[in-house]
Amino acid sequence: MQPQEVQPIQLLAPDGTLAENEVYSPYIAALSAEELRELYRHMAVERRLDAEATSLQRQGQLALWAPAQGQEAAQVGTIAALKPTDMVFPTYREHAMALYRGISPEQLLTMFRATRHTGWDPREHNFQVYTLVLAAQTLHAAGWAMGINQDLRMGSIPRDRAEDEIVVACIGDGATSQGDVHESMVFASSYELPMLYFIQNNHWAISVPTRTQSRGPLVNRAQGYGFEGVRVDGNDVLASYAVATRLSGEIRAGKGPKLIESVTYRMGAHTTADDPTKYRSSQELELWEGRDPIRRYRSWLSSTGDADESFFEQVDADAKDLASDMRKSVLALEPIDLERVFDTVYSEPHRQVEAEKAWLKDYEAGFAEETNATEAGTTR
Amino acid sequence: MSAIKEMPMAKAITAALRDELAADQKTLLIGEDIGALGGVFRVTDGLQAEFGTHRVIDSPLAESGIIGACIGMAMRGYRPVAEIQFDGFVFPAFNQITTQLAKMHNRTDGKIKVPVTIRIPYGGHIGSVEHHSESPEALFAHTAGLRIVAPSNPQDAYWMTRQAIVSDDPVIILEPKRRYWLKGRVDMENPAPDAFRAQVLREGTDATIATYGPLVPVALAAAEAARADQRSIEVIDIRSISPLDDETIARSAAKTQRLVVAHEAPTFGGMGGEIAARVAERAHPRLLAPVLRVGGFHMPYPPSSQEHRYLPDIDRMLEAVERSFSYQRGV
Ligand SMILES: Cc1ncc(C[n+]2csc(CCOP(=O)(O)OP(=O)(O)O)c2C)c(N)n1
Repeated sequence: MQPQEVQPIQLLAPDGTLAENEVYSPYIAALSAEELRELYRHMAVERRLDAEATSLQRQGQLALWAPAQGQEAAQVGTIAALKPTDMVFPTYREHAMALYRGISPEQLLTMFRATRHTGWDPREHNFQVYTLVLAAQTLHAAGWAMGINQDLRMGSIPRDRAEDEIVVACIGDGATSQGDVHESMVFASSYELPMLYFIQNNHWAISVPTRTQSRGPLVNRAQGYGFEGVRVDGNDVLASYAVATRLSGEIRAGKGPKLIESVTYRMGAHTTADDPTKYRSSQELELWEGRDPIRRYRSWLSSTGDADESFFEQVDADAKDLASDMRKSVLALEPIDLERVFDTVYSEPHRQVEAEKAWLKDYEAGFAEETNATEAGTTR
Repeated sequence: MSAIKEMPMAKAITAALRDELAADQKTLLIGEDIGALGGVFRVTDGLQAEFGTHRVIDSPLAESGIIGACIGMAMRGYRPVAEIQFDGFVFPAFNQITTQLAKMHNRTDGKIKVPVTIRIPYGGHIGSVEHHSESPEALFAHTAGLRIVAPSNPQDAYWMTRQAIVSDDPVIILEPKRRYWLKGRVDMENPAPDAFRAQVLREGTDATIATYGPLVPVALAAAEAARADQRSIEVIDIRSISPLDDETIARSAAKTQRLVVAHEAPTFGGMGGEIAARVAERAHPRLLAPVLRVGGFHMPYPPSSQEHRYLPDIDRMLEAVERSFSYQRGV
């Protein structure tokens, strides 16, 4: 059987022309010129940050970097459709979404510089910490959504919201093969949770193509769990925004979980440890370069008269400043003290942890005494 | 109504769950078949009728889902109590427990607390089929970030369950299923000692047997039997596997100068080795013999028709005590 194709929702063609769509165009028409410009700004800033992070890694300043180049529209379009109170459970490549939520570049890069596991407080940004065990967070998202429903039932809304709060679980195409995604979708469907699954199908899971994860479009999976899925052109920021706006509205209205398969492309390497030339062709990359989300949007945006050359120049200059500031602040990141790591293994005192912490302190103090003694010896 | 009641351990756990559900709206129970059925061991019997389907939640048949969802609920301020139906079925959730639940507080630098309680009916001697008699404590004890306790009597079962639920850390309660029907006094007003401390259950002078959960009554019976041979055996209920109260165990070992550690789990790579090493560090000069271990063998849990040979019993404990006496020092 041939896998069934599903045409993604697209409003903006790669050449920058906008098509009419009965369902989705109204969402775009409702955006102000300022909001339209902001979409561009967010995408451009992420791309610049991404390039800077890649070079920091090359210079040995980051342990790893997972570039999101090519996925800016998918992420910015989707997060722009959410409310700031909606909790997002990311994987590890949602940099544009993180920045959109006010996470600073150095907070974002903290884990990648390996000074700490986490750079930000999830509650401040309603953006959970990155998860490296693929798909584990999709269940945490389901639990969070169960909590929303509990809050509503008990009338005990803890954070002055929940009324129309939704949860977003991000996953890659590769991660959709993990059992946790299945269990999460079963929970979401059975308990009618206010959840949006946001799959970024960037065509590759490291070196393995999407067809090894699924012969049919990933969007079709939603149906099997009994909820709606929409396939969208993830390189089209306007379609991404419109689809996410419509679906999140339906979830808020109590219609249960929804799924977006955002068809996009990871233009760079999987991470800085990867060599994409080993598994993908240059023709494929060229094809997707022709569908670049930022160039496409820029071309349309300037055609509307809502943004002129000076705007784009200003964004480029701002992005450049951000990148150089980021370099300084990232290099200045202080590593967490191992004592602090001991202190957060448990919330409450734990005998073995305390004993080991005390032992390390004594042990290291022994060295300090020795060093002092030797130093004293040399001066004598 | 008196605050002291006689009840089986399973009922003591039910009472603890009921009292915590009543005390805090944010406490929720979730697991397979825990609602109308009351769980396969009936530990949650009647609780759904009392607290509603949204506080006592029948979950889909998905262990990773149960624990993963508990993590998300806990992140949002709830205190979920998960029931894993049987010990052998916790492994589909092993990833969520070890890579997520155990580490969340640490990897977020203390910003996120995940007060999840996981109840696991564990251990053998119920004559069941495979995967229904496992003792996975060492696998979890090796994972920093988890607390693990094992009650051995109704009083502890009641209070440890309550203490686990109110703890801000993730706690695994290993409920010795062969002791669910063991009756005992439960004082609902006066708490049992701190769940994370060991307890000397019987004083003795010649040797110590330290154990936890299902084998505590066996150790007490072994000590009683040893009396006939003029041996005075001290018995310690270890109670908490992580943190481990090695101090209490070592103090007893230093006093009696001989220690036998017993558990149902295989001895190889198990808690017994950890305890032996720790006690040796603390009490080496006082010991007259190496710490000896009594436990299961390095094999998958055998068909239950053979579990009587696999599981430590009174005789195996006494054999170890006698072996301890056969060592001579300084030869
Ligand atoms: C459970 C697990 N298995 C393997 C890995 C190693 N790994 C990291 S990323 C990755 C590919 C993920 O692909 P996808 O979900 O499509 O996301 P993408 O990286 O393309 O954004 C793999 C195999 C992991 N992090 N977690």
